[in-house]
Amino acid sequence: MSTTALTAAAEASQEPASAAPTGPRALWRTLRRDRAAMAGLVVVAALVLLALGAPLWTAIEGQNPYAYHDNLLNSALGGAPLGSFGGIGGAHWLGVEPQTGRDLFARIAYGAQVSLAVSIGATLLQVLLGVGVGLAAGLGGRFADALLGRAIDLAIAFPYLIFGIALLAVVPASFPRPVLLVVVMAVLGWGGTARISRAQTLSLRTRDYVAAARLGGSSTARIARREILPGLAAPVITYAALLLPANMVLEAGFSFLGIGVRPPTSSWGQILSTATTWYYADPTYVIVPCIVLFASVFGFVLLGEGVRKALDPRAANGSG
Amino acid sequence: MRSLPMATFLLRRLLGAIVTLLVLSVIVYGLFYLLPTDPARMICGPRCSPQDVAAVSRAYGLDQPIYVQYWHFLAAIVAGRDYSTGPSTVHCGAPCFGYSFETGQSVDSLLLSALPVTASLTLGGAVLWTTFGVGAGIASALRRGRLADKTLTGLVLASTALPPFVLALFLILLFCAYLQWLPFPNYVSIGDDPVQWAQSLILPWATLALLQAANYARLTRTSVLETLNEDHIRTARAYGLSERRIVARHALRGALTPLVSLLAVDVGPVLGGAVFTESVFGLPGLGKLLVGSVATVDLPVVGAVALLAGAFVILANVAADLLYVAIDPRASIR
Repeated sequence: MSTTALTAAAEASQEPASAAPTGPRALWRTLRRDRAAMAGLVVVAALVLLALGAPLWTAIEGQNPYAYHDNLLNSALGGAPLGSFGGIGGAHWLGVEPQTGRDLFARIAYGAQVSLAVSIGATLLQVLLGVGVGLAAGLGGRFADALLGRAIDLAIAFPYLIFGIALLAVVPASFPRPVLLVVVMAVLGWGGTARISRAQTLSLRTRDYVAAARLGGSSTARIARREILPGLAAPVITYAALLLPANMVLEAGFSFLGIGVRPPTSSWGQILSTATTWYYADPTYVIVPCIVLFASVFGFVLLGEGVRKALDPRAANGSG
Repeated sequence: MRSLPMATFLLRRLLGAIVTLLVLSVIVYGLFYLLPTDPARMICGPRCSPQDVAAVSRAYGLDQPIYVQYWHFLAAIVAGRDYSTGPSTVHCGAPCFGYSFETGQSVDSLLLSALPVTASLTLGGAVLWTTFGVGAGIASALRRGRLADKTLTGLVLASTALPPFVLALFLILLFCAYLQWLPFPNYVSIGDDPVQWAQSLILPWATLALLQAANYARLTRTSVLETLNEDHIRTARAYGLSERRIVARHALRGALTPLVSLLAVDVGPVLGGAVFTESVFGLPGLGKLLVGSVATVDLPVVGAVALLAGAFVILANVAADLLYVAIDPRASIR
């Protein structure tokens, strides 16, 4: 009986690792006071709405991302859109793509789906892998820790992008591309989460309540689930919030280099790579996708920074 | 008697680096082996008969088990390799990375012609962003106050959100198309015309520098401020040393160690940024070589560039460890 009581007492007195607000409600209260984070949230919400409602918005606009409009192009200028500012107007909200005349708003809205799906998917998988490896290293004994610790160091030091490019080149084109992007990004990008989870696990396992659970006869798996995982939440969420915009940049980057999503599927990186030949004839076509990509990533970065400040009280008062 | 632990420390770091490089080479080689296409067929070209493909496979040793092939691959990098295609034998000198599937050129010669371009780009960029970053960092540290801190933090966040190709596109749009201060960049080698070389690299350098500088400024600011609060600085002040002298002689020294480690950490990301910068500005460096070979699935080139990039990152980390000890003798020897 005494051991059960001990475990119960340990669970009852279980204090959070830091004085940071825990639970989504407390996080939200802190975030709401952070103006930059709220601005980020507005951008992110707009982006999510744009992506989820892409069929609806394009229906309202009366366009779709695949139809060619040769009649809107100026063949004398090599296929630049007719009219000023890349053909922006009531029919085409953001103008049309040079040479094809496809509606730019529709391509950006559908591109948002790819961008969000790939970056969210990759972040989730990275976190899953990283937390798994970190827990295994932190709870698995000296040998496992030494081996996994080396693997984590290697994963972090990797020239991430260059190996990503090599990996994407090797896999045949028939493999579904968005899934492949998620997998490649996860396989290369789990190191940071793993390092954080390992460090946190190593520090949590020495706490009294974990020792109590061990004495109470809990298995390692149960300790990992019940005692360690809740303590990992704050640092991992903080890190993931900054990982997501990095993944967004990466997805756009792969598509920009022509090894991401394949046409005719629309992607921001792809739009930007075709924009590189239109600096002079159609600058709107360069500026609009640049702004959309930057604003989206910046929105996530601001929100992530807000989450970091809210969950890590040291960061809030100090400057680094 | 600190030379002995020092020597073992260096030895351990070097051994660790070599092991990491070996693991890297296994991964790179493993990637090729996992590929479903037949390298012999790719070398031989589309019009080869099965007999020809078999002959190529024999000549390149592709008919042997994977571990033998991997051994040959490693041995070629260390000691060179002979390829015998029937009557003639081709010798491939010491760091031999094989031959391009696509053009038949030696990968070494491709790497050698691309390396100076990437080196010009990244080293020039690094000079630019450390100069501006450290300068701005010191200036803002001396002007203590929340505003400088907030501005720098904002700039750091903005530059993490800025993809390198977006910045590169924007710079071209602004300076080449709109203001027309610069011609559209067209790479000229430094041997041909140093002035045009620098001109063709201004915007690429600016791209890398703008992405990095804010980070260096913030780091410099934080560590200079920290050092200025330490006891020995107060002592120096009490002795009546001028503020300029204190900053130059003492505070900067404290900022040096974190700067070196940031530079080492940044080698990987900057090489990544160089891939985009090179492809937007049409610079014929390693990144452009990589992207071009990816398009044609030219595996020896892809593998060699990946391995080289990995080697740079690992070497940079070892170099940073050595520098710590040189800068700060107190640095812990682990």
